[in-house]
Amino acid sequence: MPAFTDLLFFAFAGLTLLFGFLCVANPLSRNPVTSAMFLVLTIVSMAGLFVLLHAFFLAAVQILVYAGAVMVLFLFVIMLLDLGEEERRKLNRVALVSGSAAVIGLAVVLGRALLAAKPMAKAGAVAADGDTGALGRILFQSYLLPFEILSILLLVAMVGVILLSKKESR
Amino acid sequence: MLDQLISDPTVRFVAFGTLKILVVFGVLMTFVAYAVLVERKLSALIQDRVGPNRTAPPLVLKIPVLGKLLQGWGIFQPMADGVKFFLKEDFTPDYVRKVYFWIAPAITVIPALLTIAVIPFGSRLGGEPMVIADLNVGILYTFGIVSLGVYGIVLAGWSSNSKYPFLGGIRSSAQMISYELAMGMSVVSVVLVTGDLNLGKIVEFQAAHGWLVFYQPLAFVIFLVSAFAETNRLPFDLPESESELVGGYHTEYSSMKFALFFMGEYANMIASAAMMVTLFFGGWSLPFVGAPAGTWLGGLLHIGIFLAKMIVLVLVFIWVRWMLPRFRYDQLMDLGWRRFIPLALANIVVTALVLAALKS
Repeated sequence: MPAFTDLLFFAFAGLTLLFGFLCVANPLSRNPVTSAMFLVLTIVSMAGLFVLLHAFFLAAVQILVYAGAVMVLFLFVIMLLDLGEEERRKLNRVALVSGSAAVIGLAVVLGRALLAAKPMAKAGAVAADGDTGALGRILFQSYLLPFEILSILLLVAMVGVILLSKKESR
Repeated sequence: MLDQLISDPTVRFVAFGTLKILVVFGVLMTFVAYAVLVERKLSALIQDRVGPNRTAPPLVLKIPVLGKLLQGWGIFQPMADGVKFFLKEDFTPDYVRKVYFWIAPAITVIPALLTIAVIPFGSRLGGEPMVIADLNVGILYTFGIVSLGVYGIVLAGWSSNSKYPFLGGIRSSAQMISYELAMGMSVVSVVLVTGDLNLGKIVEFQAAHGWLVFYQPLAFVIFLVSAFAETNRLPFDLPESESELVGGYHTEYSSMKFALFFMGEYANMIASAAMMVTLFFGGWSLPFVGAPAGTWLGGLLHIGIFLAKMIVLVLVFIWVRWMLPRFRYDQLMDLGWRRFIPLALANIVVTALVLAALKS
């Protein structure tokens, strides 16, 4: 039933945008925990979009890693530091310029990618019902180098965090 | 007309799906209620007490021998408990963060119920596979949902806005993330052996090749201990530890909201027992009645086998609770990060090497 999946797509896409908006610019609450919880909801509705694309593996990993682990750590840190209400900051001119530059740059990249994409083109063998085997083969054969570079980047970030947090005790 | 409707795959899917969800939900809730009774009776046995033996509805005692017997077993205790939870005053303290305080109990229960959806609790019954959602990434789905379960406890602790619940919430978030890692890694070696993430396929593998607990005993031990930590049961019930934190994350809760946390804990316990049966003890299969049953009797037998195995594991959960003292928090973290994660990693490497050697 194509009409039903279309309906679901618009529902999840709308929810993703709505929750994303409420995460960064909630008019009712400036509480960091509320923002974090809306980010969780954004992630979960994005997982719903992945399911509609038949990328079950991605959807499950999205929830497992981002909603289940990363955001719990966010919440942990927010609670441990006991952050209060976020104050409304005045607009900073430098931040405004660099922020809008970043947004325009991203929009250009995204627009070009959207224009280059052929409408309704299947993503090929990968999309074969979220087959984990196909995904693994692509990750460890065609894209092995970027994958490994990414892992090293994460490792560097981790070592950096440990170094920074150890600084005081020395 | 009716034949046409039944043969339509969409109608079939919706009808049988709804039926399975309702039946599984009903059975699960009954199990939760009676797991509490079993817990009380078993703890009474261990501590040389009698346990609940007074509750009985008015006319039951008129039944000659059976009435007295049922009363002594405490069969009616869960019903009395349920009525009590509904009728007690639902008190919301003045200083709590209301919205989170109200939704936290619900967030605790929902993930516990959702995990059951992918567990194959039987082979086939009249041509229908006995699983609510036959997902290709079943294991990942379960872990994803289980990892959401921590929010209920964390939010309950934080929204209560008082120090003991807060400490409980903080403890649970660190504890559950730590043990999720060990648990996930122990399952990786299981998946390596079976070569499939679908829980139904994993059960079929075990029906053909024998139970995975014999292939992966270390993975099972790590999974079992992590399950205790994930369900916040003794010896790892640091988030509630009543001797130091009053009641931990649910200190400020009363009435049905408290009952929801209670139900969440038992539903989680039953779900992880079901998960262990599926992953390590061959699911619905027994060594001598393996293949999916063609007959109704065979299908029912498979469901019975699954439930029997699950009950045994739930009894282990309860038994351990009343036998072991609570860990200290640093001991808990030490066990998780410095023992289990390296062990699980080593287990993955060894399993992969053995599998590669067998293949070549």
